[in-house]
Amino acid sequence: MKLSSRLRWLLPSALAAAAVVAAPIAAGSAGAAPASAKLASATLNGSGSTFQQAFDEAVIGAFKEAEPAVTVNYGGGGSGKGRQDFADGVVQWAGTDGLYKDTDPQPAAGTWYYFPTVAGPITVSYNLDGVKGLKLDADTTAKIFQAQITTWDDAAIAALNPDADLPSTPITVAHRAESSGTTENFTKYLAAAAPTVWTLGGSSTVSWPANTQAGQGNSGVAQIVQSTDGAIGYVDFSDAKAAGLSFASLKNKAGKYVKPSVKSAQAAVDGATIEPNLTYSPLDSPGKKAYPITSPTWIIANKNYSDAAVAKAMKGYLNFIYGTGQEIAPSVDYAPLPEDLVKQAKAQVKKIATGG
Amino acid sequence: MATEAPPRPAAPSPKRLSDGQRPPGIVADRAFRYLALAAGLMVLLILALIAYSTTNEAWPWFKEEGLGIFANNWDPAHDEFGVGALIYGTFLVSAIALVLAVPVSIGIALFVTEIAPPRLRRPIVYVVDLLAAIPSVVYGLWGLIVFAPWIVTYYEKISDSVSSIPVLNSIFGEPSQAGKSFATAGIIVAIMITPIITSIIREVYATCPASLKEAALAMGATRWEMIRGAVFPHSRSGTVAAVMIGLGRAVGETIAIALVVGSSVQLSANILGPGQTLAGIIPLEFGEASGTQRAALIGMGVVLFVATLVIGILARAIVARTDRRLAGEA
Repeated sequence: MKLSSRLRWLLPSALAAAAVVAAPIAAGSAGAAPASAKLASATLNGSGSTFQQAFDEAVIGAFKEAEPAVTVNYGGGGSGKGRQDFADGVVQWAGTDGLYKDTDPQPAAGTWYYFPTVAGPITVSYNLDGVKGLKLDADTTAKIFQAQITTWDDAAIAALNPDADLPSTPITVAHRAESSGTTENFTKYLAAAAPTVWTLGGSSTVSWPANTQAGQGNSGVAQIVQSTDGAIGYVDFSDAKAAGLSFASLKNKAGKYVKPSVKSAQAAVDGATIEPNLTYSPLDSPGKKAYPITSPTWIIANKNYSDAAVAKAMKGYLNFIYGTGQEIAPSVDYAPLPEDLVKQAKAQVKKIATGG
Repeated sequence: MATEAPPRPAAPSPKRLSDGQRPPGIVADRAFRYLALAAGLMVLLILALIAYSTTNEAWPWFKEEGLGIFANNWDPAHDEFGVGALIYGTFLVSAIALVLAVPVSIGIALFVTEIAPPRLRRPIVYVVDLLAAIPSVVYGLWGLIVFAPWIVTYYEKISDSVSSIPVLNSIFGEPSQAGKSFATAGIIVAIMITPIITSIIREVYATCPASLKEAALAMGATRWEMIRGAVFPHSRSGTVAAVMIGLGRAVGETIAIALVVGSSVQLSANILGPGQTLAGIIPLEFGEASGTQRAALIGMGVVLFVATLVIGILARAIVARTDRRLAGEA
């Protein structure tokens, strides 16, 4: 008697559990494989930069259709986490906006590569009634974000914008509440382009002045700028576009005022010096059409993988990024890389050993 | 003729254990004892492993900063990792939360045990316990989206009304624009710890012997005098324990505080302005941290661990002392 009553609740719950487990497996295996798919089944786990996450998700989706046997997972979590996970061997690849510092734990030299993927502009977005086409230079931007310029009609801003009707609204500075690669590249730009004015350093965590606003994520900062008259903040290009914010034109190294866009980010990468290990800094780039706050981003991958299928899948994924991926990039508001950099990167992909 | 009683059945002869035979039931008894021992030891082992592994990961920070970890200079961009302002922030938010939560909890407990009609007791207890079931992140989001924007107007009124009084105007200074501040975090944490403190204090008040209360009433005490004279002294140690448990919970509160405290590491007396706590900064900065900053964030976890241990030991000491004093008075 007791046994049958126990079975009575056991059976439906076992069926429910089986259904919950089976459904995603069934859904995943639906769909026909394209004729050109060649890679054997493998899983590539990655983590790291959230700046490149929108691009990675678009590429992963397209790659899944081309090579259904390979599963690519990207966990995000921040560039620092990605670099740490890669050094610990927890993931097969990582996304990062910044390079390993000498003091960081990293895998042995020569066993891994930096692969640049795309670049993206970081906008200086603002919300000021009746002012369109605001022009700023590095020194003024530095002073604004250090709360040394406190109202919009300050002489320094008026000097750069003689035709604009600047109100006396107080400036509300918006920045990131959490550590971020976007903060790192924005502050590195100010440290490089306004060295005598900018004192807060160039890092993913910065001690902002006390009377500033903190937002969670790029969308949080965008939301503060959107809802506060007189607000200014640094937001990555795709989130700023999504929130409908106005971007300031920044004076680049060549003295021209440039608005953030996919084209001006490409010009910034064109003007940057590429190191032999394919790292570069497009910040404060010398090109005439370059947007000075362009953020680079890389994928880090091993030279040797113990599993041959994983090595082949990694090469296939990287080659996909340098082919279809570069074409997808502008549609998700990232700048594709210049052609010779793509050629160098493809040559580096060949160095990943597939012998196992 | 006398009827004879039926012969008594012979008493069963006691079973003697032959050599090597175990008494019945001893296997289950021993198994139970060892399982319980293993469970207890496992808890201690896990605690020790957590303490060891976090201290190990945080060691570079301790080594580099030494006693400088308590300095007020958290600036990773310039390689400074002192968490003085964060320790201050943690205790400020906890203090605000306790000041708001403890009177309310005592009030609810008194209402439920002394004043409410018996029919109302269970629904009230149920509703208060429901507050404890709400996830921490939901409190944080509610605070961020609903509470903080609404309370800013009141902060501004308070700040304006005390702007000329010397000490008060630095405590109730310029409110942060979006309402994200020490005070907002304190209020939300107060709501979160009220159910725990209430349920413990309620249990303590319920165990107050009726004879004590009736004796007070018989001597002509009003209800409040009875509560003050009989219930409170009897429940002193339990109340202290409840407050300490609430404090421990408030010190460790992470996500709700991270969303509403304003993310500004500063040692400021202005409770209406933004700030940051030890627990709040860890999830915000961990993703991008590397090297000493990462060790420092893990080290903050160690500091919180030690703080919670100290609070627990202090609670036991105070409870023991008030118990001894009560026993002396009795």
